[in-house]
Amino acid sequence: MAKYLLLIYGEEPPAPPTPAQVEAMFTEYDAFSVGIEKQGILRGAEALLPTAAATTVRVRDGKSLVTDGPFAETKEALGGFYVIECDDLDTALGAAAKIPGAKSGSVEVRPIMPMPERAG
Amino acid sequence: MAEAREPRSVADGSIAVVEQTFRAESGRALATLIRVLGDFDLAEEAVQDAFVTAIERWPRDGVPDRPGAWIVTTARNRALDRLRRRRTEAVKVAEIERAASAGVEGDVRLGGESRVADDRLRLIFTCCHPALPLDARVALTLRTLGGLTTPEIARAFLVPEATLAQRIVRAKKKILAAHIPYRVPPDDLLPERLDGVLATLYLIFNEGYTASVGDELVRRDLCAEAIRLSRLVADLMPESTEARGLLSLLLLQDSRRDARTEPDGGLVLLEAQDRARWDRAEMDEGMALVERALAQSGGRPGPYAIQAAIAACHASAAVAADTDWAEIAALYARLAQVAPSPVVDLNRAVAVAMAFGPAEGLVLVEGLRAEGALAEYHLFHATRADLLRRLGRRQEAAVAYERSLALATNGAERAFLERRLAEVRSAG
Repeated sequence: MAKYLLLIYGEEPPAPPTPAQVEAMFTEYDAFSVGIEKQGILRGAEALLPTAAATTVRVRDGKSLVTDGPFAETKEALGGFYVIECDDLDTALGAAAKIPGAKSGSVEVRPIMPMPERAG
Repeated sequence: MAEAREPRSVADGSIAVVEQTFRAESGRALATLIRVLGDFDLAEEAVQDAFVTAIERWPRDGVPDRPGAWIVTTARNRALDRLRRRRTEAVKVAEIERAASAGVEGDVRLGGESRVADDRLRLIFTCCHPALPLDARVALTLRTLGGLTTPEIARAFLVPEATLAQRIVRAKKKILAAHIPYRVPPDDLLPERLDGVLATLYLIFNEGYTASVGDELVRRDLCAEAIRLSRLVADLMPESTEARGLLSLLLLQDSRRDARTEPDGGLVLLEAQDRARWDRAEMDEGMALVERALAQSGGRPGPYAIQAAIAACHASAAVAADTDWAEIAALYARLAQVAPSPVVDLNRAVAVAMAFGPAEGLVLVEGLRAEGALAEYHLFHATRADLLRRLGRRQEAAVAYERSLALATNGAERAFLERRLAEVRSAG
């Protein structure tokens, strides 16, 4: 078994989506989430607010540098993620392909580093 | 004296058996060990250890009844020793021990052959997984499934040995880290994944067949490996017409190898080749395979089977003039449907010109010219120039030859184009 983070990247719309668009998107994502929950591989998921709400912190020489905006200004921004746990990469890729955002943006599949169990 | 010589000749004999076993069995042993251990490096080290042990023991104790099975069992034990020495968690060792003995003993009990073949098929799908970069797929496939060493592969692809070794290391790490599965993909993924495997094998072959630089012997090895691995896939997946189509295509192309180069290394065009020098055995096998692939495809052959059918049209013509160009043109039209590409359209135009005259071919070429996709491709302009020349439109032909020359880099091709350009200019 291996854990993967599925990072959903897409272009952020120039204007906020209409309530109907938001509704349609949530319906699609709900269907996907229910699907992978039934499959038994869902471990966690969150949707993110737009990068306009992001703040980035760096600590240099003990001093915090706080800047407005995301870490990197790119065309496609991180919009949300899923954590899944499954047998192999093919299963993870299969799940990633079903994420609604994969149709317009892209989904990066990153293995999560396995950590040794800590005693206590 | 005779007594003193006796043990040494027995020893020499067993060393020869170790060498034979290594050639015949190391790839299979590796595939099995990778399955049971789930670790490429550990499997490689263990198989090497097993052969070192064989060199020590076989001269002394005699060659075992089934050398291949002995190697697999010994390698399994050496791998477990290594794991224990590395102080791998006891639970993990026990888990691998269980899986390894079940796996290896299963092979021994079953006589191994079919199971081992399956291991190699699994391994080729792992090595050609789309999560690995193409150059790493090629290197890893040749290194683990082919009989080529890292320096040999590096020489064949004209990359520094360190670069190639690095590619292989990274690929193996990714297989472990990302849990790339070690199996023949399930039905829903199979067509797409098989395409990836066949494309990798075709790339290996082409590197050996068409590259104009590099060590000739190493390049022959690449072709031989591509054919051997295609044969493995075609044999193990008899229901796949494309696997059989690729094997046929490779055999038919390879059969012309000796006839396609001049002693000085220059390329000989297909129509000028001495057909007596084509390899009859390879041709016959390729022709039989493509017939089966076409019959099996139910009228819907894939790109490799169609390309093999085209190669078979050339192979079945005793002299160039007998070539059935109308059939070849029809096959290119089908190929353009299943695998559209402007280069396929250009080849179709050439076949149409051969079958129905340069004017018919030129209509297609002018259509491609309007699309513009081949504007930077020297063979497009060379083809157009040739058709114009044959139609007596010499001035236009000269312009097209000039355009082709401006793009061509291969010395032999440039010499040919310059000769033609001089001809059309002097006649004009």
